[in-house]
Amino acid sequence: MPIGTVDDSLKLDNSEKRFTDTMTQSSLTVSTSDPLSPALAGLPIPRTHWRHKHLLGLEDLSAEEITYLLDCAEALHRATNQGRTKLDLLRGRTIANLFFENSTRTKNSFSLAAKRLGADTVEFSSSGSSVAKGETFIDTAKTIEAMIVDAVVVRHSSPGTPHLLAKHLNCSVLNAGDGPHEHPTQGLLDILTIRQHRGSLAGLTVALVGDIAHSRTARSNIWGLLKLGAKVIVCGPATLVSKNWEKLGVEVEHNLDKILHRCDVLNLLRIQFERQAIRPFPSVHEYMLLYAMNKERIERSKEDILIMAPGPINRGVELTPEVADGPHSVILEQVTNGIAIRMAALWLMLNAQSPTQATAS
Amino acid sequence: MKNTTNNWLIENGRIVDPSCGRDHIGRLLILDGKIAGIDPTDGDLPQDISRIDALGCVIAPGLVDLGTEFGEPGREEDETILTGTAAALAGGFTGIALSSNTEPPIDTAASVEFIRQKGARADNCKLYPLGCVSRSRQGEMLAEIGSLVEAGAVALYDGPNPIENTGLLRRALEYCSMFDRVIFDHPEIASLSRGGVMHEGLEQLRLGLSPIPAEAEDLATSRDLRLIEATGGRLHLTSISTHGSVDLCRRAKSRGIQFTSGIFVANAHLTDESLREFDTNCKVNPPLRSRDHLEACIHGLQDGTIDIISSGHKPSSLEKKMVEITIAPFGMIALETTLSQVITYLVRPGLLSLADALAKLSTNPSKLLGLESGTLGLSKPADLVIFDPNRSWTVDTANLKSKSYNTPLNGTELFGVVTHTFVDGRLRYSGFSVR
Repeated sequence: MPIGTVDDSLKLDNSEKRFTDTMTQSSLTVSTSDPLSPALAGLPIPRTHWRHKHLLGLEDLSAEEITYLLDCAEALHRATNQGRTKLDLLRGRTIANLFFENSTRTKNSFSLAAKRLGADTVEFSSSGSSVAKGETFIDTAKTIEAMIVDAVVVRHSSPGTPHLLAKHLNCSVLNAGDGPHEHPTQGLLDILTIRQHRGSLAGLTVALVGDIAHSRTARSNIWGLLKLGAKVIVCGPATLVSKNWEKLGVEVEHNLDKILHRCDVLNLLRIQFERQAIRPFPSVHEYMLLYAMNKERIERSKEDILIMAPGPINRGVELTPEVADGPHSVILEQVTNGIAIRMAALWLMLNAQSPTQATAS
Repeated sequence: MKNTTNNWLIENGRIVDPSCGRDHIGRLLILDGKIAGIDPTDGDLPQDISRIDALGCVIAPGLVDLGTEFGEPGREEDETILTGTAAALAGGFTGIALSSNTEPPIDTAASVEFIRQKGARADNCKLYPLGCVSRSRQGEMLAEIGSLVEAGAVALYDGPNPIENTGLLRRALEYCSMFDRVIFDHPEIASLSRGGVMHEGLEQLRLGLSPIPAEAEDLATSRDLRLIEATGGRLHLTSISTHGSVDLCRRAKSRGIQFTSGIFVANAHLTDESLREFDTNCKVNPPLRSRDHLEACIHGLQDGTIDIISSGHKPSSLEKKMVEITIAPFGMIALETTLSQVITYLVRPGLLSLADALAKLSTNPSKLLGLESGTLGLSKPADLVIFDPNRSWTVDTANLKSKSYNTPLNGTELFGVVTHTFVDGRLRYSGFSVR
């Protein structure tokens, strides 16, 4: 059966199986000669698959849905010629970036992803905006939505703000980080980066190191990795790594040196100084001593260990420059994958259909 | 059902009076604002009397709420004394002990007088002012407790804040013993809970919201109990919610320490799982705890460790709750749903008998404040409620008397419909027609 026919793609299970079967044969590679229809030939038709209008967190997605999203990201990456050319899958659609918290990379990444798919973007950041004039967060979002946007991408320091918007707005809502809660596209791009290097997540040991308590990246990674069959270790100071994670299927270890030898991937999370009301460890100096990834620790790690960091990194705190720029580091690949993931996320959410509609079609 | 006199005969109802263990079908006579008899003979009835057929309904002493918040003066956008007392009547409450956290706070005789006058003018349920424990509710120096009591403060409360300063609490317990008034304290060690949004636990770990650990309450409960023992002062723990608090209270009671403990109705049936949708109406203090804590609280209600169920009514206007959960104020409204919550989630599932529930909603809080209500005893003021425990209704915030909408129960079907509320023998509320 030809790839991408409607019959074959009606059910998620089928498509999932199909993707796994064909992945090795590179049949997801799509032609870029004509940016629209042949580009779609390698992609399943999203509206028959995708039932989520919003991307609020990875905790809400199934393993199949995560895999599907990753597959779409890779296909779109190829279809845009590694991000160099544009498609018009979202031509005529408008996407608003609502950033109520500082961000450079995530905001630009979402913006670029939208443009690569032919969408228009509206940029909003809280500094110098109506928020400073006392307008509530919901009113600001409603005002932007009234400019006829199809999706809002929201970042905010309070957990649950994307959920609040999803309740009050009619358009799609994509979570670009809600306080320490979730950062689903970051989790997805981290997982995609690992998958590209190892083929599969199943059986891998991934350690998330650092400020787990305040990290949305940690939470999104945990849900995504667990669902795809990886073993997850959270490692950091006891004041920032709760023992309770064990009850959710995660290994907890406070001594990095104890786990180094069995980790396939280390994801070094940034210390969220800005979220810590009270410094949870004595000094940055002591943190570096205990948790900074340096040359010496690399030597005691697995030969093919992958070093990741969601950035922005505090050079010298979470990892030393020779590790950040060394052969194990995939930090810049993460950034590139970010655009692919966000293209897929925007494309899927904007083409979501309710399950009943999907069955009807 | 016109009635120009205060004479009523309520017939065919199930009369439940926890103050004397009464529970039978019968009829109750009200004459001149007082309870004039249970099952009177026809010869005892005056000619000019109105009758209510309470078939299928319960006739019980009116409910009494402790530490209710309205907002007047200072936050009239949340609730006024007029709207709040109307909500109370609709919920079957005939008496409210109003929290002191108004703006300015109730820390002078003049402000106590203001509350009393406003309450009299509203002429709904009875309104009892609570005075501040500390001057300006700042938690540092004692308020003029003698003057507050003289002006009519029924108890002292710095709510919803805990009394953080242990020295102050000790002085207050000693000082209040001169006036035979109770101190209310919300047990919480703020240095452990500050900045917190929800109960610390697995749900909180998932949601990434700042934690309010259970031990913040346990330690405060433990401290309070020790101070009661040391001073012999009178104290009411307004709102316990943890396994630890319940255990501590149980042990203290078994050792003969005299005090009362209360629970807010939400903490008696909701858990932290309610926060999953980040509903700001579920951001309450004490926070909704995990199931193990809830079960401990229910056990505490069953064995009498927890004496009193309060509404925890804390209105917040729509714009205050329609914000990010981290900055939204704590609290939910509950006056109009408390009785139904208790019936639906505690009485109907068989966790608590109706008589025990009514004792905790009426008799015990009345006793604590030294009120004449909370009983259907002869010649007591006819403060009573009639409700149908088997009839259900669906909460619709648009139809509530309260000025605010902040309840997570909107759209929920609850059992227990208040049909009549009497205050001093006057029918002040009649909701649904009796069958």
